[in-house]
Amino acid sequence: MTAAVPSVTLAKDAARAHRNARRRRTAVPYLLLAPALLTFGVFKAYPVVDSLLLSFTTGSGSASHAAGLANYRRLLDDPLFWTALRNTGEILVLQVPLMLGLALLTAVGINSALVRWRTVWRLGVFMPSVTGLVATGVMFAYLLKADDGAVNWLLNAVGLPAVDWLGQPFWARMAVVLVLTWHYTGYNAVIYLAGLQSIPRELYEAAMVDGAGPVRRFTAITVPGLRPVLLFTIVLSTIGTLQLFDEPYVLTGGGPDNATLTVSMYLYQNGFRFFDFGYASAIAYALTLLVSVLGAAQMRLMGERDT
Amino acid sequence: MNPTKLRGWPLTFLLAGVTGLSIAPFYWLVVSSTRKDTEVFDWPPKLLPGGSLGENLSHLEQKIGLLRVVGNSLLVAGVQTLGALVVALLAGYAFAKFRFRGRTLLFALLLSTLVVPEQVMLVPLFKMMMNLGLLDTYQALILPGLCVPFAIFLMRQSLSSLPDELLDAARVDGAGELRVLFSVVVPVMRPVLAALSIFLFLGSWNQFVWPLIALRSPEMHTLPVALATLHGNKANTDYGAILSGTALSTLPMMVLFLVLQRQFISGLLAGATKG
Repeated sequence: MTAAVPSVTLAKDAARAHRNARRRRTAVPYLLLAPALLTFGVFKAYPVVDSLLLSFTTGSGSASHAAGLANYRRLLDDPLFWTALRNTGEILVLQVPLMLGLALLTAVGINSALVRWRTVWRLGVFMPSVTGLVATGVMFAYLLKADDGAVNWLLNAVGLPAVDWLGQPFWARMAVVLVLTWHYTGYNAVIYLAGLQSIPRELYEAAMVDGAGPVRRFTAITVPGLRPVLLFTIVLSTIGTLQLFDEPYVLTGGGPDNATLTVSMYLYQNGFRFFDFGYASAIAYALTLLVSVLGAAQMRLMGERDT
Repeated sequence: MNPTKLRGWPLTFLLAGVTGLSIAPFYWLVVSSTRKDTEVFDWPPKLLPGGSLGENLSHLEQKIGLLRVVGNSLLVAGVQTLGALVVALLAGYAFAKFRFRGRTLLFALLLSTLVVPEQVMLVPLFKMMMNLGLLDTYQALILPGLCVPFAIFLMRQSLSSLPDELLDAARVDGAGELRVLFSVVVPVMRPVLAALSIFLFLGSWNQFVWPLIALRSPEMHTLPVALATLHGNKANTDYGAILSGTALSTLPMMVLFLVLQRQFISGLLAGATKG
């Protein structure tokens, strides 16, 4: 029975090896997560907390000291902050419905079996969303020049008066609306298109049998079928517009006369022109509050229609 | 032609209009960047491209150091994309294929920052980079972009649908976890990884606010920062140069988009279509 001894030790070895392997296994997920957790902790979580703490301080560097709610109180009394908020709100209220309406129409068009060359339209409308925002801003700053820009030439060509796009407060905001709409309509249209294609065709066929016209089919089948993507795009566009920075920075520099100053631009000015870190952080948290409240409200509103 | 076909024409015209407006600025950009800078604002606008692209680009090289700036952009976007991809792949694999303590909590924690606007992190990141002496370096631009919670989320979602048997077969054959990941998982996940790379690269190539804050010296500028700075300098009236730079930052992406449209669209819409 000499063979029994090695077989026992073999079994013991195997058991130990198995235990070791299992211990290694339990360590594996943490090792895999280590790079993500490290970079997350240092470059995401810590800044979020630090920013909150900073918003309760004033002064800069080693001279900074606790200031309680002073920054937030200052914010409420700061006319320029309210101007920035009003500008952002006005751009948001005009731009998001305009763009999403146009995107929906485009998507329904591309999805229609009656339409020719659908691939061409789908590619064409998506192209602007591949462009960077700075490039877009620079391009439109020249396209929209008042006296010799191509857009005004086009307006004149069809008999419309030229517009002082970047020089008049109202038109400067419209220029921002225009640029945002140009940039993101196709992106949203392609999202809607994917949503439309997931609605079963039988629903439309059944509705046609029941004698429902195109409008009725749109309101009774298309819109409810698209609700999740509609919600997604509304929330995403709202959040994105609230954080608006690149386009007005390049296009108008916030002018004329602060007419296109946005909350993010005001944050940037305070943080990195005046180096008032405490105040800039307070603006950042006011923005966060706004983003979460508006986002949550929209989800609530759209979600409730479910029941 | 039957009446059903005819009914499609109004919609086709509408789409042609929307597409025309989407593309027209690019065409104008191509024309303007290939013409003499004195012709950019000709009235009526010039309709055909000219032969001055090289001249415009060489002006731009003198003004902003174009080659260096494009190199900066490529380097930052390339390293950041690769880094974020690896971080997301490893983390997504852990979340999708392992049961471990704190899994749900850690995942929720990572996703929680998705609702925090990027602007919140700008001041603390600036302070951090200043204290570390990293302002005006590549590291300052690359490091904060390595953890992309959305990418981790996407990787977890896609990896969850990967059958466990596939992984177990490789493990039985004695492959270590990293071997399993890189020789079994990665090849299967190639389409998702391609789409995600495009998403990450495009985001990095076009990022603006953070580089604007973290960079000082013109030779460290990325293309968007250099363009915005040149554009903001009212003394510069060489529009041909600045528009050729704009074209250079845009058109390669356009070409790539036309070649890889499927990956682009799924990359940019990643997550969106699942609603």
